[in-house]
Amino acid sequence: MTTTPLYQIGTFAAGNRLLDPDQRSVQSDQDRTNAITSGHRACRGCGEALAARVVLDAASRATKGRLVTVNATGCLEVFSTPYPESAWQLPWLHSLFGNAAAVASGTAAALRATGRDDIRVVAQAGDGGTVDIGMGCLSGMFERNDDVLFVCYDNQGYMNTGVQRSGATPPAASTATTRPVGTSAGNAFGTGKSLPLIAMAHEIPYVATATVADLHDLEAKVVKAMSMHGARYLHVLVPCPLGWGSPSAETIQIARLATRCGLFPVFEAEHGAVTGVTRIRQPVPVTDYLERQSRFAHLFAGAGRPDVVTALQDRADRNIARYGLLTEETP
Amino acid sequence: MKLPYAVTLGPGSSLADLTGTWRTERPVYQTLTAPCGNSCPAGEDVRSWLYLAESGGAGYEAAWRAIMDVNPFPAIMGRVCYHPCETACNRGNLDEAVGINSVERFLGDRALEEGWQVEVSAPATGKRVLVIGAGPAGLSAAYHLLRMGHAVTVRDSAAAVGGMMRYGIPAYRLPRDILDGEVARVLALGVELELDTPVTDLDAALAEGWDAVFLAVGAQLGRRTYLPAASAAKVVDAVSMLHGLAAGERPLLGRRVAVYGGGDTAIDAARTAKRLGASDAVVVYRRTRERMPAHDDEVTQAEEEGIEFHWLSTIERVEPDGLLIEQMELGEDGFPQPTGRTERLAADSVVLALGQDTDLSLLGPDSGCRVIDGTVDTNGSLATARAGVFAGGDVIAGERSVTTAVGNGRRVADSIDAWLSGRPTQRDPEPNLAQYEALNTWYFEDAPRSHRPRLELARRSSTFDEVVTGLDADTALFEARRCLSCGSCFSCDNCYALCPDNAVLKIGPPGQYVIDLDYCKGCGICVEECPAGAIEMVPEEI
Repeated sequence: MTTTPLYQIGTFAAGNRLLDPDQRSVQSDQDRTNAITSGHRACRGCGEALAARVVLDAASRATKGRLVTVNATGCLEVFSTPYPESAWQLPWLHSLFGNAAAVASGTAAALRATGRDDIRVVAQAGDGGTVDIGMGCLSGMFERNDDVLFVCYDNQGYMNTGVQRSGATPPAASTATTRPVGTSAGNAFGTGKSLPLIAMAHEIPYVATATVADLHDLEAKVVKAMSMHGARYLHVLVPCPLGWGSPSAETIQIARLATRCGLFPVFEAEHGAVTGVTRIRQPVPVTDYLERQSRFAHLFAGAGRPDVVTALQDRADRNIARYGLLTEETP
Repeated sequence: MKLPYAVTLGPGSSLADLTGTWRTERPVYQTLTAPCGNSCPAGEDVRSWLYLAESGGAGYEAAWRAIMDVNPFPAIMGRVCYHPCETACNRGNLDEAVGINSVERFLGDRALEEGWQVEVSAPATGKRVLVIGAGPAGLSAAYHLLRMGHAVTVRDSAAAVGGMMRYGIPAYRLPRDILDGEVARVLALGVELELDTPVTDLDAALAEGWDAVFLAVGAQLGRRTYLPAASAAKVVDAVSMLHGLAAGERPLLGRRVAVYGGGDTAIDAARTAKRLGASDAVVVYRRTRERMPAHDDEVTQAEEEGIEFHWLSTIERVEPDGLLIEQMELGEDGFPQPTGRTERLAADSVVLALGQDTDLSLLGPDSGCRVIDGTVDTNGSLATARAGVFAGGDVIAGERSVTTAVGNGRRVADSIDAWLSGRPTQRDPEPNLAQYEALNTWYFEDAPRSHRPRLELARRSSTFDEVVTGLDADTALFEARRCLSCGSCFSCDNCYALCPDNAVLKIGPPGQYVIDLDYCKGCGICVEECPAGAIEMVPEEI
């Protein structure tokens, strides 16, 4: 019989009165930075607004506030800074849609040139500004190993311009440009790309994926990234109630289901090799994840598209096998 | 401020934009009634004292004091209560119910070891209350009345206090040092005790000038049934047998003992017979195990100890060397029907455990109290039809258990206090229960239950040593921390940490939050991600 007192009451929650303060999440801290403050115009239940605060608050704590952030055009920039208001409570630069990585590289170079390289640089962009439009600048930043942490908030589409498909949109999802019409079942299989794997191919010091559903994991990865130098890449899954067609209250729940079904593998890699994976606790079939989102509703309406659902399950199973997301002991 | 070229507006903060105006629903913190406390016959707020115990250390005493506010016998309760709280516990849907009973026992034992005491803080009222019966109901009422400042006299016919806790429950379930320790703590508050003093006439007692009387004489009469029996046959009733044993007698039951009945008392009698040296102890019951009123735990322990069971059997006749048993079968209505098939069962004695009746001869013919089916009729505040006379415990209809009696005692104390001061008694509002579905159980660690160890079988057949032992401090703490805190905030910070709009303010430890309605967009993430279901969405008035 175990004699180790555990903290069953909310072990996975943000904080816990019985935990040592240093084991609680940064977000549970009464004095967290609040890098992005209230009054921003993100939609109800926006995963990206939350993720940006979590990432930058953790980075602020890790750097003791010596931090500059560069922000690509996109949802995050649009909802946080309608002229002349700003929700940012840290030094913040707005770049073009596609050149956030280049601006961040330049910012880091300028700080170094002026002898202030104790100030760290974090670049942030949505998936459009990262995997599509910003790809060239980002690859350059990676191959030069510039001292920047680049964070992609992946909501799997161009949400702010009206939910168009991006290179990060998953197969079978319905977007404004991939409607399921006729025999089409939404976004085509065999398209799109995994930017974490592309980043790993550059053999940069650190690549990690995370979701907004696991604050402890996300914060730990930010802290680890900020403890390193050179080019680092963090890919955070942020559900979008508007573009995914999910209830605003379920943003966290859906991010959690994305990992529990295996469609979004959570792992970290150093110098091109996977060094750690977050194993799935309480696995679920992909349908548990898909059915909650209207962008996949066509897979279940009427006779449905069981063939497509099976293909998505295969995709999840490949992730599970590839990253070893399940263990013998998985409950 | 001098603005740069082509810039016409100075920098502003997004705080100027009150996004709370988007909202159609608002989150509201709520505290729901937890199923554990709701089902406690003694009225304990289980979730609250588990919360205190979860801190360990000084939290144990705080938790014990929270129990003592309603129930003066945690150590006794932690042994003899049939814990309906655990049956109701939401964690049962997740893995296994929290071992509330074992944590309560741990706290009760710790209090006895440390000598924790409670005080009477209320000023004396000058009112005098007579409690007839020193069992769990009477002692519980006395305890609460004393703490309210009333003077209390407890009168009992027996030579020692405790009622059925002493004369009904065998020592292997409730060791006498535990009983004595917890009873002494109540008596130390200043109970006037009159033992060996049976009350045979309620009117005479009332004439002594009491301000109120609590009738808690229990159900001490073992129910008999007509059994054709040879003159040499030894037939006793279980209540008398257990009473005699507790009073120091050694009942002569012989080597082969048959017990007739299917309640907890039947199991107590059979297990006692085994400990007194019977080689065969057999329970004869007319229905099946599933339909037995005895609690499953008790039956399982009896089976472990080698007690045999004859299900679907009735005793037809008692003969000098044994019993004639008729086999039954369950009819479609679930009631046993005779089959006409009989068998013989060797037995030296038969113990009848067919239920208990209450001795109400003290009421007399014109007591003014209404008696229905052998129990005293009371209203919702446990008052009888006679002004100033209250009744509770086994003398009224309802579940007969120590826990129920203790709960009755507290309710009676409240009612008497209200009656003496001339204010109406308050009815508890209908509880709003925390349902399992309202919890977000993702956030709870998988934590299998810790079970209490049991005494080795060899010592269980020959001694009256306690069978179920307690949890150690680490394990009790672990068990307390398995509580899901259903319907009550336990300061996990999820609402504060997961709000995309920073609209949940953490205003002070531990876990005081307010919703900033200027910026709350009403997304509902805080409600969805609250592990305890302690926030709800309420529509805005539009």
